Amino acid sequence: MNFKKTLWAATLALGLAAGSGPVFAQKKMIQVKGSDTMVNLVQILAEEFMSKNPGSALAIMGGGSGTGITAIINGTCDIATHSREWKQKELDLAWEKGVKPRFFVVAVDGLSIIVNEKNPLDKMTTPQVGSLYRGEIKNWKVVGGPDKAVSLYGRQSNSGTYTFLQEHVLGNKNYSLDVKEMNGNAQIIESVIQDEGGIGYVGVGYLFDQNGKIRKGIKVLNISKDASSEAFSPLDKQNIDSGKYPISRPLYEATNGKPNAAVAGFLTFETGPEGQKIVEREGFFTISEAHKAQNDKNLK
Amino acid sequence: MTGRKLEIPPVAFMKKKKSSRFKEQAIRSFFFTCGILAILALAGIFIILLATAFPAFKDISLKEFLGSGRWDPTSPEKAEYGILSMIVSTLLVTSGALLFAVPIGLGVASYLSDVAHWRVREVVKPTIEVLAAIPSVVVGFLGIVLFAPFLGRLFHLGNGLNALNGSVLLAIMALPTIISLSEDSLNAVPSSYAEASLALGGSRWQTLVRVKIPAALSGIIASIMLGMGRAIGETMTVLMATGNARSFPHGLLSSVRTMTADIAIELGEVPYYTTHYYALFGIGLVLFLMTFAVNMVADIILNKYQQRER
Repeated sequence: MNFKKTLWAATLALGLAAGSGPVFAQKKMIQVKGSDTMVNLVQILAEEFMSKNPGSALAIMGGGSGTGITAIINGTCDIATHSREWKQKELDLAWEKGVKPRFFVVAVDGLSIIVNEKNPLDKMTTPQVGSLYRGEIKNWKVVGGPDKAVSLYGRQSNSGTYTFLQEHVLGNKNYSLDVKEMNGNAQIIESVIQDEGGIGYVGVGYLFDQNGKIRKGIKVLNISKDASSEAFSPLDKQNIDSGKYPISRPLYEATNGKPNAAVAGFLTFETGPEGQKIVEREGFFTISEAHKAQNDKNLK
Repeated sequence: MTGRKLEIPPVAFMKKKKSSRFKEQAIRSFFFTCGILAILALAGIFIILLATAFPAFKDISLKEFLGSGRWDPTSPEKAEYGILSMIVSTLLVTSGALLFAVPIGLGVASYLSDVAHWRVREVVKPTIEVLAAIPSVVVGFLGIVLFAPFLGRLFHLGNGLNALNGSVLLAIMALPTIISLSEDSLNAVPSSYAEASLALGGSRWQTLVRVKIPAALSGIIASIMLGMGRAIGETMTVLMATGNARSFPHGLLSSVRTMTADIAIELGEVPYYTTHYYALFGIGLVLFLMTFAVNMVADIILNKYQQRER
């Protein structure tokens, strides 16, 4: 008897679940995936966009530029965010799978080199930073700092920042195996705050606390292209726009082919005046006229 | 009730017996299937690991894979696939964890079985077992914000993200297994052993160290092996707490990257069906064989111990 009752209850429950299934079906979400450097920025842009356009829904995920690019190639996201350009291998794979990526520049990032505030150094050249991260220089003395061992902090190989620094600062050479590979920008900053011999690289957007001030305990180095040129700070927008600061990069979003209406709406918002105001407020730099022209072309 | 039972005709009675026999058969085969499923899952995992790891060795020599300490698959210069430093790091962190967990675990187990009042034991033992339920990511978080800065200051290092930090955290995670199983095996020592020792004039300390612990030794060793198995396979905690530097470790105070952490870091971004991808499965295979060996040894020891108790 009891068994029969249970069976009835189970049947009833199953029927209810099956019947109510479609009611819970989600409306179409725009999936955005990729760069950890961009995840906070895009999250805020998306929230603003959703509050202005009720009915739109976006889900933002990090994981690294490589993760986002892989996702758009495999068709598991609508927008890939990436802080480095695509590798030839990735472009080939995309074409092979019939994915035709279109690129949009939504912000510009100055990659900042940070040291502990107790480090007396104020500036370094790009080649010096490269030698440090290649492991050729092991003591701060060599670059004019104190007699202290260099303690390297960096990102993991799935990060666009890792690849960007390797290509533009390390001259496409191997990283030192002694680099401590952290899970994200925030962990690099926390480690450099604690470590007097520490050096790290993070996106400019992560340097500020909630009040818009530079985080306590770190120092942002001015960087010069080489020993004979002047060093510039990444904190000054003019230095980025003019290209005087040597380590800056565009932040991209990629779609598969011409974006559909919903995705195009979001991209237009991001690259428009409202979106760019948020970009600036979050500590990144606004896009140049050349970027704007390219974005408009790719939207059509 | 009894009246009604008598009314059942003999044929129906037979029928019922037949159906119950059928039911029993069904239940028996159900449980048999469940048992087989577990074995199938294990065999399946092993075969998939083996098949996916195998293509890696078309491009990598086994000598480089197991004998070189340089791992740099995304290198723009020359991709390198040596996992020796990761194997050593894994063993370093694990043995460091045992260095802490074994004495403490054995101490707590002896306290619980021999010294503590039964009321204390009733509270303390379940509490320790709850420790096993703490998610590893929470332990790793404690490692970053609590232990690492402390270790950094203690050893005058710039940071505490090193093998020692991972060892301390893994010790915490292995303790519940070691304590719980060791205490069980100490309790399983027949009381006549201890009584004989005490009657011969041995102190409680002598009874514990020279009689009870040797008698329970196989159970204690098995518990340590099981705790070790957990420590080798642990991923999130070490990924967060050990700094993940790929260089060959120089000691407990170097920043290290374990095999589990490397797979977790790289599997998300690796292009599928490339040498790098297959090599990650190769690491998985080595890890599987290591934990399998540890668990196997634990099982053999435990079996021996149970047979002797019978």
